[in-house]
Amino acid sequence: MKIQKLLQILTLITSAIALVTTSIWMGKQAYSWLPPEAAAESRLVDDLFSFLVTLGAFIFLGVSGALMYSVIFHRAKKGEVCDGPPIEGNVTLEVIWTAIPILLVFWIANYSYQIYEQMGIQGPGELMHLHVPVGIKVASAATIKDNNNKGDTQKLTASQHLFPIASNSEYVEQIDVVAKQWAWVFRYPQQQLFTGETSTQKNITSTELHLPCDRRVRLTLRSEDVLHGFYIPAFRVKQDIVPNEIINIEFTPIRPGRYRLTDSQYSGTYFATMQADVVVESPEDYQQWLATAATYRPSPAFNQAASEYAAKVNQSLPTGWATVAPAEPPVVNYPGDKETRQ
Amino acid sequence: MTNISIENIGIAAEQLHHPIPGNWKRYFSFSTDHKVIGIQYLVTSFIFFLVGGILAMVMRGELMTPESDLVDRTIYNGMFTMHGTIMLFLWTFPSLVGLANYLVPLMIGARDMAFPRLNAAAFWMVPVVGILLMASFFIPGGPAQAGWWSYPPVSLQNPTGNLINGQVIWLLAVAISGVSSIMGAVNFVTTIVKMRAPGMTFFRMPLFVWAVFSAQIIQLFGLPALTAGAVMLLLDLTANTGFFNPANGGNPIMFQHYFWFYSHPAVYVIILPVFGIFSEIFPVYARKPLFGYKVVAVSSLLIAAVSAIVWVHHMYASSTPAWMRMVFMLTTMLVSVPTGIKVFAWVATIWGGKLRLNTPMLFALGGLVFFVFAGIVGIMLSSVPVDIHVNNTYFVVGHFHYVLYGTVTMGMFAAIYHWFPKMTGRMYYEGLGKLHFALAFIGTNLNFFPMHPLGLQGMLRRVASYAPDAGYEFWNIVASIGAFLLGVSTLPFILNMIGAWTIGEKAPNNPWQAIGLEWEVSSPPPIENFEEIPVVKSEPYGYGKLETLTAKTHQ
Repeated sequence: MKIQKLLQILTLITSAIALVTTSIWMGKQAYSWLPPEAAAESRLVDDLFSFLVTLGAFIFLGVSGALMYSVIFHRAKKGEVCDGPPIEGNVTLEVIWTAIPILLVFWIANYSYQIYEQMGIQGPGELMHLHVPVGIKVASAATIKDNNNKGDTQKLTASQHLFPIASNSEYVEQIDVVAKQWAWVFRYPQQQLFTGETSTQKNITSTELHLPCDRRVRLTLRSEDVLHGFYIPAFRVKQDIVPNEIINIEFTPIRPGRYRLTDSQYSGTYFATMQADVVVESPEDYQQWLATAATYRPSPAFNQAASEYAAKVNQSLPTGWATVAPAEPPVVNYPGDKETRQ
Repeated sequence: MTNISIENIGIAAEQLHHPIPGNWKRYFSFSTDHKVIGIQYLVTSFIFFLVGGILAMVMRGELMTPESDLVDRTIYNGMFTMHGTIMLFLWTFPSLVGLANYLVPLMIGARDMAFPRLNAAAFWMVPVVGILLMASFFIPGGPAQAGWWSYPPVSLQNPTGNLINGQVIWLLAVAISGVSSIMGAVNFVTTIVKMRAPGMTFFRMPLFVWAVFSAQIIQLFGLPALTAGAVMLLLDLTANTGFFNPANGGNPIMFQHYFWFYSHPAVYVIILPVFGIFSEIFPVYARKPLFGYKVVAVSSLLIAAVSAIVWVHHMYASSTPAWMRMVFMLTTMLVSVPTGIKVFAWVATIWGGKLRLNTPMLFALGGLVFFVFAGIVGIMLSSVPVDIHVNNTYFVVGHFHYVLYGTVTMGMFAAIYHWFPKMTGRMYYEGLGKLHFALAFIGTNLNFFPMHPLGLQGMLRRVASYAPDAGYEFWNIVASIGAFLLGVSTLPFILNMIGAWTIGEKAPNNPWQAIGLEWEVSSPPPIENFEEIPVVKSEPYGYGKLETLTAKTHQ
C-alpha cells in the first residue's frame, strides 16, 4: 500500500515536471510564430505573448491532461451500471481554484499594463478633434505627455537597457498618414529643399511609407471617408483611423527592411487591397530618399482598387453587386517601386 | 412513473393549439406547446446553420488562393456579413432558445412556459428574420456588406441609391430578432421565477436552468442598447440624420459602444446555456454528482454580471483612450475567474467517475477541451498589447470559432443527442453519432486552429485576397480542407436524425439512467408534461446517493 502511494506521488511529480518543461518550451517557441521584430515595440509585445503562451500551455495541458487521464483510466466497464463515488465538492479545493485565478488575473493585468506603458504608442489618449483650436491642442497634448513621462521614468530605464532607442522617448520624425477608400498617402512635412540658389519648404508625398531606423516616429492618422486601421504586423502596432479625428501613434523602427502596412479595419469593397509597403532604412538613406523624392514631379501611383474597379466597369457581364467607386489613384512624388507591388 | 392513457391525450387534444403528439403537422402550426415550439426552433435554426455553413465554405474556397478569383469582392463581403449574421441570429441564438424552450418547463416541473402565446409569437418571428435576410440576396445591390458589426460609415454607404438596400433589410431583420429575443427573455425569466414545482427551490434547480436564467437576464439589460443603436443607424441610413454619420457631425464610435454593449454580453447569452448543457451531461455519463453545485450555479450569475462591463475590449484598437483600454483589460480578465470555477468543477466531476463515452459525452468532452483552449486564447486577447497586434486578425476569428463552433455547436450537438430520445421517443444510432463526432472534432481543429498562426502573422479578417508573398497560403489551405470536412460532418448527423426519428428503435423513458424531472415522464413527454405536478425533495445530480429526486417513488 505504501509503495503504491509512493508511486502515485512519483507519477504526479514526473507529470508536473513534464508539464512545466513543455510549457516553458512552448513559450520559447512562441517567438517564432510571430513576424520579424522590426520595431522596439515588437520585442515588448512578444515577451508578453511568450509569457501568456507559457502560462496558457500549462493550464491547457494540465486540464486536458486530467481529462484524458480520466477518459483512459476511469471508464465504466462494459455493462457496468453502478455509480461513481458521490463526492459533491471540497471547500479547500474550491477556494484554491478561485484564489489562484484571481491572483493570476492581477499578475497578467499588471504585466500587460507595464508593457503597454513602455510601448508608449500614444494613440487616442491624446485624441484631438479637428475643431479644437491649434493652441489648445498643442498645450493639452504636451501636458499629457509630461505626466506620462514623469510617472514612468523608473520603468523606462528598464526598457532602455533593452533597446538602443527606448520606446516612449521624444519623437523625432513626424509623418502624416491619410487613408481613403482604398489608398494610403504619406506626407513628410517641412523638408528643407535647396533648389538652385533658393531654399523652399515643400511637402513630399508617397504611397510607400519610408521610415528612418532607430528613430522615434510619430504618425498623424487621418481618414477622408470611413473607418480604416493602420497596422504593420512587423511593428505590432495598430490603430483605427476615424473620420473627423486626428489620432497620433508613435513607435520606433529598429530593423531595416521592407514590411507591409495593411488596413486593419474593414473599409468596404476593396478593403483587402489597401496595402502599402513600409521601408525602414538608416537615417542617412532616409534623408537621401527624401531629397531624391523631392525632386520628382508628382505622378499618379498604381492603385489596386482603382484598376480592379476600372476592369469591373468595363465588364460586359456584371459579376458582382454595386460598389462605392474607389478614389482616384493618389498623385504623389514617390509612387513606389511598382514591381514589388505587383 | 406516470403512464398517459389514450383518454388523457384525447382530452388534452381538445384544447386549442394543442394537436395530438405524433402528428407531424403540428410542427408547422401556431402551436403553444413549449415542446413543439422548442423543436420548431431547433429545426428552423439548423436549416439556417446549413445555409451559413455553405456561405462559409464558399469563403474558404476563395481563401485557398491569395488572389480574389472565386467570387467578386462585393459577393465575398456580402457572404461574410451574412455568414456572421445567420450563424448568430439564426443559428446559435434560436437553437439555444429552442433547447431552453423544450427543457426548462420539464426541468422545473411546469406544464408549459408562463406565456405560451408570447412564446409562439417569439418563435414565428425567427422565420420572418430568415426570409428577410434570404430575400436581401435577391434585391438590387445585394445583401448588407458591412460585416455583422455594421460599423458606420461603411454601413451608411449606399452605392445603389435605393431607399431599401441590403443594409436596411439587415437592420430590420436584426431589430425583429431583438424583439423576438426580448419576448423570449421575459417569458423565460417569468417561467423560472414563478412556475417551479413545489420543493424546486433555486438551489435545487438543474444548472441548465440556472444558466438559461442568467443568460436571459443579460438579454433583458443588453438588447435595448443594440435596438437603440440599430434604430439610430437606420435613421442615419434612410433619413440622413447624423447620429453616427461623421459627414453630418455624428460620432461613428458611439455606434461601436451601443453595438458591443449588447453584442459582447450576447456571447455569454450563447455560452451560458452551453455551460449548462455541460453541467447536465457530465454527471450523467460520469455517474457522479456535479462538483460544487452551488458555486457553479452562482458563477453563472457572476458571469452575467461581469459580462455587462467588458464590452470595450472589442474596441481596444478603436478610438479608445489608454485609461479605458486598461480598465476594460482588468474587467475582461476577471471573467476568467467564474469561468475557471466551472471548468475545474467539470474536471473534478469527471475525475474518478464511471465514464460512459457515448455520443453526447464525446461531444461534451470535445466541447470542453475546445473551450479551455478558446478561453486561454481569450485571456491573451484581453491583454491590450497583445490585442493591439492581433485585433481584427484571424487570431480573433480562430478564437471565436473555437468558442462558437468548438464549444457552442459541439455542446449543442451533445444536447441534441442527449435529449433526442426524450424529444422524439426514439433512439439515435450510436455509430453514426460517433462518426459525426470524429469528423466534427478533426474538422474543427483543421478549420480553426490554422487561423491562430495566420492571425499572429498579421492576416486580417474579412479580406477576400491576401498578398501572395505573405506566406499565408499553407495554413489557409489547411483551414479550407477543415471547413469542407465540417460540411461533410453534418451529413451523418442529418442521416442519423431523420433515420432515427422515422424508423429508430423506441426509446425508454430514461435511457441514460439520468436524474432529472424530464427523465421521469414518458418519451416523448405527454402534452401537459406532468399528469401530476411533482414535489421535489432533493438537490439535482444525486448520482451514487440513495435518495430520490421527487416525493413519488420512481423506477
